[in-house]
Amino acid sequence: MYNLVESLRSALQAIRAHALRSFLTTLGVIIAVTAVIAVVSLIQGFRHSVTTTFANMGTNSLTIQSDETQEDYLTGKVVKVTPDDMRAIQHDVSGISNITPVLTLADFGSGAIQYGDQIAYAGIYGTTSSHAENTSFYPVRGRYITPSDDLDHRRVAVIGQTLLTDLNLPKNPLGQYIEMYGQWFKIIGVLKKLGSIGGQDQDDRIYIPYGTAHSLLGAATVPDVAINLTINNLQNLDSVVGRITEVLRRQHHLKPGQHNDFLVQTPEQTLGTFNKVLNSITLILGGIVGISLLVGGIGIMNIMLVSVTERTREIGICKSLGARRRDILLQFLIEAVILSLIGGIIGLLLGYGIGVLVAHLVPQFLGAHVPWWAVVLAFGFAAGVGVLFGIAPAAKAASLSPIDALRYE
Amino acid sequence: MTGEAVLELRQVTKQYVMGDVTLNALKNVNLVLYRNEYAAFIGPSGSGKTTLMNIVGCLDKPTSGEYILNGTPVAEQDDNALARIRNREIGFVFQNFNLLGRANALHNVMQPLIYRGIPLGERKRMATEALQNVGLGDRLHHLPNQLSGGQRQRVAIARALVGKPSILLADEPTGNLDSSTSRDVMTMFDTLHRAGHTIIIVTHDQNIANHCRRVIRMMDGQILSDTATAGKEENLEVLRRV
Repeated sequence: MYNLVESLRSALQAIRAHALRSFLTTLGVIIAVTAVIAVVSLIQGFRHSVTTTFANMGTNSLTIQSDETQEDYLTGKVVKVTPDDMRAIQHDVSGISNITPVLTLADFGSGAIQYGDQIAYAGIYGTTSSHAENTSFYPVRGRYITPSDDLDHRRVAVIGQTLLTDLNLPKNPLGQYIEMYGQWFKIIGVLKKLGSIGGQDQDDRIYIPYGTAHSLLGAATVPDVAINLTINNLQNLDSVVGRITEVLRRQHHLKPGQHNDFLVQTPEQTLGTFNKVLNSITLILGGIVGISLLVGGIGIMNIMLVSVTERTREIGICKSLGARRRDILLQFLIEAVILSLIGGIIGLLLGYGIGVLVAHLVPQFLGAHVPWWAVVLAFGFAAGVGVLFGIAPAAKAASLSPIDALRYE
Repeated sequence: MTGEAVLELRQVTKQYVMGDVTLNALKNVNLVLYRNEYAAFIGPSGSGKTTLMNIVGCLDKPTSGEYILNGTPVAEQDDNALARIRNREIGFVFQNFNLLGRANALHNVMQPLIYRGIPLGERKRMATEALQNVGLGDRLHHLPNQLSGGQRQRVAIARALVGKPSILLADEPTGNLDSSTSRDVMTMFDTLHRAGHTIIIVTHDQNIANHCRRVIRMMDGQILSDTATAGKEENLEVLRRV
């Protein structure tokens, strides 16, 4: 312990004596740790913002979709979730409410909408009044789709806020007509702003009555819909999902052993999928950054080796004065670790700064967020690099013979 | 020669293998040194005097033979034990001073005490005292390159003495100094001898050797002659004329 303090003192002295070189030596580690922290802080900030958005969406809503596998596609099997399936669920599954179909006419901003001479693209979905209850996508202006809109196949639309600007609509767009699929639709409501998830704008969408959407496809076709519903008591989640699965397997005539051709998803699951993706991105980036940390470590080893050669005489003097192998070993090792840790601290501050800066420049991020494990990881790794790459030079220094070292010019 | 033996060499041989050639740097050297002796190892380069000093100073181990320092055989000791002996029993003074360039006079003198585990405050006190004893009480915080050659050698002497070693080993201590500074340094060794220190000076300079009380002349790895000299003030006179 006592030796440690002395080694620390002399290591700091040596580092201070070569301030510029020490800085350049740590540069590799600084850059690596900066990269780790910046990347992690942004990904974590991003995750944080997404989680918050999901939390707003209501966690007790459930979505059922068709799930066509590669095999189904190749064998030509038609995989659909139909309005009949929905009626079966409604009839046979208890503890649910607000069940509604969502018919996707155009997904993720792919449908053309015209207002005057402006053309914009948005996702176009047919649904019913219950959808607003499930997802809490309420209009901030005007009204939502009503059951009578649906029954009468009225050509009315509730629009997301992105379209206000994209279509150059007046401040109060209610009563204006927009054109989709060669038909005129009257704007009856504007949805509340949702922001974006994963860089995906959630406000460039239009909802029209389900009946209207179905007739646009041609009333004779059996559409593939998503079914949206609310679970009354979230504690029954598993049993409700199980019951729905049973009903749908029966509806789809699936034999035991055949895989489900549909997906039952809660927002939580969607969030889980999203987190999985984020985790793999973090891992991949972490790996790349880890390599740069390794390169930084090699830089430290290189300079430390040069430093040992340069200070051979000094080592000889210390040995003649009674320094043991481990005194010398400890001194050089501590020097390497301190260099790495200084790099780690500078990198940490720099990385966080960059994270905050980027978070300010990109409005979709709520902010940079550095979790404690990233700090520990970066520090631990920096110290580890110091030890790992400091060992070789330190061992070289410690094993010098005092006579040769003293004679060294 | 009376008093207790500080060191004893018995049949000490040191061989260096260089490729196919085996070089006998020391051949069956026998030597006893007593407390408070003032001895010189003298000889031309290649005579083995530096090898002898390295072995006496525990910087090197003999190939064969016995070396007993303060009653302890040291030839078979491991590196750590030798480091400990260097730290406690030996004080080195080198021709080129060998001060740590980055550290000031005080820290240079404190350095050997670190390896002995003496706490900072006590270390400072001991080092300050040692520097005051060599007349550098006002130069504690000067770096070596801010000191003259003579002052640097005095820092080195203070460093060698601060741990109260059994032997003071000086390797050509005046080799890099002008004659008047050499005289000062030799006077200092005189004083130290009178104060009871055991001193060995390695030199090729007859005038310096004459200055000591015992001259051990080396040639081809062997002791050629071992004579007691007057070591009186007249030797200083010789030095003055150089």
